[in-house]
Amino acid sequence: MAKARFSKEQYLKWYEEMLLWRRFEEKAGQLYIQQRIRGFCHLYIGQEAVVAGATSVIRHDDNMISAYRDHVHPIAKGVHPNAIMAELMAKITGCSKGKGGSMHMFSAEHRFFGGHGIVGGQIPLGAGIAFADKYNGSDRVTLCYMGDGAVRQGALHEAFNMAMLWKLPVIFIIENNNYAMGTSVERTTNVLELHKIGLSYEMPSKAVNGMSVEDVHDATEWAVNHARGGNGPVLLEVKTYRFRGHSMSDPGKYRTKEEVEEYKKQDPIEQVLNTLKKNKWINDAEIDAIDEKIKAIVEESVRFAEESPYPDASELYKDVYVQDDYPYIIE
Amino acid sequence: MRSIQFREALREAMQEEMRRDETVFLMGEEVAEYDGAYKVSQGMLAEFGDKRVIDTPIAELGFAGIGVGAAMNGLRPVIEFMTFNFSLVAIDQVINSAAKMMSMSGGQFTVPIVFRGPTASAGMLSSQHSQAFDNWYANTPGLKVIVPSNPYDAKGLLKSAIRDNDPVIFMESEQMYGEKGEVPEEEYLIPIGKADVKRVGTDVTLVSFGKIIKTCFAAAEELEKEGISCEIIDLRTIRPIDYDTVLDSVRKTNRLVIVEEAWPLGSIATEVTFKVQKDAFDYLDAPILRVTSADVPLPYAPTLIEAALPNANKVIAAVKQVMYK
Ligand SMILES: Cc1ncc(C[n+]2csc(CCOP(=O)(O)OP(=O)(O)O)c2C)c(N)n1
Ligand SMILES: [Mg+2]
Repeated sequence: MAKARFSKEQYLKWYEEMLLWRRFEEKAGQLYIQQRIRGFCHLYIGQEAVVAGATSVIRHDDNMISAYRDHVHPIAKGVHPNAIMAELMAKITGCSKGKGGSMHMFSAEHRFFGGHGIVGGQIPLGAGIAFADKYNGSDRVTLCYMGDGAVRQGALHEAFNMAMLWKLPVIFIIENNNYAMGTSVERTTNVLELHKIGLSYEMPSKAVNGMSVEDVHDATEWAVNHARGGNGPVLLEVKTYRFRGHSMSDPGKYRTKEEVEEYKKQDPIEQVLNTLKKNKWINDAEIDAIDEKIKAIVEESVRFAEESPYPDASELYKDVYVQDDYPYIIE
Repeated sequence: MRSIQFREALREAMQEEMRRDETVFLMGEEVAEYDGAYKVSQGMLAEFGDKRVIDTPIAELGFAGIGVGAAMNGLRPVIEFMTFNFSLVAIDQVINSAAKMMSMSGGQFTVPIVFRGPTASAGMLSSQHSQAFDNWYANTPGLKVIVPSNPYDAKGLLKSAIRDNDPVIFMESEQMYGEKGEVPEEEYLIPIGKADVKRVGTDVTLVSFGKIIKTCFAAAEELEKEGISCEIIDLRTIRPIDYDTVLDSVRKTNRLVIVEEAWPLGSIATEVTFKVQKDAFDYLDAPILRVTSADVPLPYAPTLIEAALPNANKVIAAVKQVMYK
């Protein structure tokens, strides 16, 4: 048997965190169907390795920014699941005080610069966060996530060019799940290998198997070393797949059941579990214990969210301006 | 008369105009193979093919500009924004190209284009997905702006918009797409720039447009029980604004409340208020009031949405205030 690429501890950590995210998202999906979570709700199920393989590389004080498929990224960055579940349920104890909801998770404390709802809007922001670190002489790096659909926004090209010109310490990560809503990558471009977009700016760019947490880890390590070393940005195209619809209201008619099943066979969590099993690093009792532990964390997050209050109406005129006596038009 | 959904009325308008005129085409995100994010264009790819019903990448700036260029060169594009929140990515081409082209070319180039899609709030979607930019577009000379409130108006006005030789912004609502209303089988057009008196009354004039006009109907019914008679004017077009219909009504009722989903500063309410105080000052028995969204980005929580958006109770309170009751 081939030697495992990482330590037992690392695999166990990956397994536990990815399984937690999976169960958390499954719960969010159920709560959405029960209308206890409202608005739009985009689940991360299937894409877990993209984040797990990156957070096993970066430092706690590194930065992260993403789009609206953003329940998992902040948890990976250290935000407590309670704060995410409370945000989903629009409670004042949520990480954005119930003002942002599913698409707008934020945590300044954990240097998670947000979930952003306008496709591509976060790309220049990610470059800007990196700009500030470079300006301040900090050696932090920024992970800037985007979908394959976001690559079609003009903002990407402007930001890529300046990030290269100014050698900003930002790692652009395309989470290529092959679909932007119902539109496959093939239907939007004739440059199917999205990492090649970086090459027109001479940005070091690479395609990565996003179903393999090990591959994501290695690629992120390479990227982080490059960016932290003052060499400028990197582009990673991480090929992944979302097992669920675009959002909770997507019937998913644009792809076949067979295609989805094919990708489910590459489930990143199953792969890690298999490695653990093959190396006899985990037994059935331990697997059950992890399941129980995760179930308890998810249930606790729901209980916490349920018991928390909605923001009071007086919150309406808070958090819009820093100036605390701003004269709103109130009639 | 038959009843059809708002989305069907819009679809019929586009289908009829596309059958009538080869140069009309529909372009936008998910409009073709997905049958429309909100199913407005359902079946249109099947009828017209992919030459005329065209899916785009998520590239609003690009396809808005491609639409304007195509319009300058003889076509009549209908460009769908999945919502007008995303039109901000494209607004340069709408304002700097479409709206200016005829003027800066000294009349040589016209831009017969329609930009359409849903506007304003649509449930708990938080601040980036809940914005009413109706008044932003209406502020711009060179554009015409239509915000219909029922399927009948939507169909007649969209047909006029597609036939119009100037750029038209046509704003709908996700929350109206499923609503049904009477729409005749026979073809009809509704002229751009004409308001409609949707309810006749004697005591107070309510001016509104688009989805939020519903709060006026709800308020008027409640107020009727208390003996207060409301006249409701649906502007339907907010550039140009049909001031005469508003002025005629105010000269009769002597009181005016304007209900709008945009933010208060620089709103259509502000504009109508200016015009009415200028041209009907002596007819007013009370200061003009408005009910708008709160002067803040719309948050996600239901408690805050309730506090922020116009609703029937807020309209009732405003009416009672102008009635001194
Ligand atoms: C500028 C803009 N246009 C359109 C939308 C509507 N929209 C939301 S998500 C989405 C698809 C994005 O796909 P992708 O970037 O691949 O991310 P994924 O959902 O696959 O994570 C679209 C079109 C939007 N939010 N912003
Ligand atoms: Mg995608």
